[in-house]
Amino acid sequence: MKKGVAVNLEDVWIRFGDFVAVREANVNINGGEFFSFLGPSGCGKTTILRAVSGFLEPSQGRVMIGGKDMVGFGPNKRPTALIFQNLALFPLMKVWENITFSLEVKGASKKDRRKRADELLEMIALSDQSEKLPSELSGGQKQRVAIARALCAQPDVLLLDEPLSALDLKLRQHMRTELREIQRRVGITFIYITHDQGEALTMSDSVAVMRAGIIDQVAEGQAIYDDPATAFVASFVGENNVMRGKIASLDGKQALIATNRTGELIARIASSAQGSMKVGDDAMMFVRPEALRIAKDTSEAKNRLSAKVRHEEFEGQSYNVFLDGDAGKELKMSLINVGQQRESAQGQNLTLEYSPDQAVVLPAGELASE
Amino acid sequence: MDIRKIFADYYRRNGTGLGTFLLIAVFFWVVVLIILPQLSMLDFSFRHHLPPPEMGGPKDTYTIEHYKYLVFGAKGAGSAYNVVDLGVFVRTLVAAIFVTIVDLILCYPLAYYLGQTKGGGFTRVLVLLLIIPYWVNEILRAFAFRIIFGDSGLINEVLLNTGTIAQPIDFIRANIALYAGLSYAYILLMIFPIYNVIESLDRNQIEAARDMGAPWWRIHWRIVIPYAKPGISSGCTMVFMLSAGALAAPQILGGPSSLWFTQIIYQWFNSGGNWPRGAAFAIVLLVTCIIIVLSLMRAFKVKMGDIGK
Repeated sequence: MKKGVAVNLEDVWIRFGDFVAVREANVNINGGEFFSFLGPSGCGKTTILRAVSGFLEPSQGRVMIGGKDMVGFGPNKRPTALIFQNLALFPLMKVWENITFSLEVKGASKKDRRKRADELLEMIALSDQSEKLPSELSGGQKQRVAIARALCAQPDVLLLDEPLSALDLKLRQHMRTELREIQRRVGITFIYITHDQGEALTMSDSVAVMRAGIIDQVAEGQAIYDDPATAFVASFVGENNVMRGKIASLDGKQALIATNRTGELIARIASSAQGSMKVGDDAMMFVRPEALRIAKDTSEAKNRLSAKVRHEEFEGQSYNVFLDGDAGKELKMSLINVGQQRESAQGQNLTLEYSPDQAVVLPAGELASE
Repeated sequence: MDIRKIFADYYRRNGTGLGTFLLIAVFFWVVVLIILPQLSMLDFSFRHHLPPPEMGGPKDTYTIEHYKYLVFGAKGAGSAYNVVDLGVFVRTLVAAIFVTIVDLILCYPLAYYLGQTKGGGFTRVLVLLLIIPYWVNEILRAFAFRIIFGDSGLINEVLLNTGTIAQPIDFIRANIALYAGLSYAYILLMIFPIYNVIESLDRNQIEAARDMGAPWWRIHWRIVIPYAKPGISSGCTMVFMLSAGALAAPQILGGPSSLWFTQIIYQWFNSGGNWPRGAAFAIVLLVTCIIIVLSLMRAFKVKMGDIGK
């Protein structure tokens, strides 16, 4: 097993003409870590990956792999291997030739290549497919061949550019587990690019959330979900209800926010905003659908709000109730299905409550577009 | 499957109008324009050279004298074989192969560049620049080459004036003008098939190979060329066939001492007035070219179906 190698981006800027694709990226990825860049399409995450793999040089700043500045090293000279979004298997080479192409480049004998191919094919459980062409394989098998091909070069860092996006849901979920398993086994650093927050949260040790070339937050999955650093992160990762307003008062780690619609509500100030928010600032309060519940006590309180039910839906593991929300938007509440009987509340006014710890206040900012 | 069912299926798929048109057009193209004329040439090539009144008379029998003539020459000639005609024949084929190789070497990088840069505007201008010269007719282009390569032509003038050479080089006698002219004439037929194939090559494959440490030549050897093989063979086939069968360029650009085999054929048909002999020579050229193409295709493991891609 290889010891993982750290990857550091130091003040990396990448420009294409006037367009800034990546702005001031500072990221430290520990050796042996499963690290994800998560963001909507066009946010610059693939550009960062290309800068790490060497297909493009940053306009400014440094890419360090294992403490070594990679400037001037082309993709064929870096200890990285890239798995492409469309996998880019060589269609005219057999599976085993595909897998051992990097050894062929190094001039390894056919016997050695065969041996290595057999080892890798066994690892991905495709030993009987070695003589086939990629076009004869299923989607998941191709996926595994691409992983084996990348690992064959024994890279220090494996870069994955949304490799699961072409698979159907079931297979995608299965491959998540498998990828994570492979990463644990080989122990090298994985850098994973995705727009799918489910993938990022389930597989990664750390996640960087990107928006329009800017890295908004780097943290563990749970911190990203529970303690977002910006309004964008709060709205992009998972579902969230947003309420706009102004800070009415501050009290330690909590704030009262005068919302445009429901009066004053209390919430925890996000760690990133603590100390920087003042009374009167434009703010946004986020509360997740699963943090809302129907209040038994309907008297007014700072953690209660009432709204009219627009419609309801049953999703299996939960009932979703949609109510009149802020600025014409819907407010969503998810009630876990634990077998309770529920009567439809369509058209009624409901009083909802939440625990102030589970609602977050952040400075007003750009939201992820749906 | 019986014929009736095949036809019924065919008409159901294409409709009566289009189906009939396709059948007639393809029949006309293949049978009337290709097979019948070639069959009549084949028939000609086995007949005696007779004056018109004797045609169809008792003397008009089948013979292989013209094929014999190509191999052994006229009876009572000095040497045992027809050294002159066979020499020209072999030289023509070798020269056509040479022209094909030159075109391939010139066109592959260009086709690769055109196919892989999704440059848009610039690529379109390049393609246009390649096509526009073909608006000029073949004879004019050949004469233009004669002027450029002439004793006092552009190339000699430049070389003389810069002091590179003391005497003008006779490009025409050395056949350089001819090879250049032929290579130039069929460049598009080489570029476009290769370009078409390479354009559909996924760029990620090249990057993947590069990422795995492959130098540029290995990327071409292992990824691009195998992928482009159908285009390359289609281009080579066309350039080879057309060069071997070219007439205008050798007529205008050929040196005084070197004949192209087509010129000999032309002479038998035209000034010689001996159609059967011309037909026999033409058939030999055609069959030899087809054999060369088929054996090269076999050697490079290209399937017939790939050529049509």
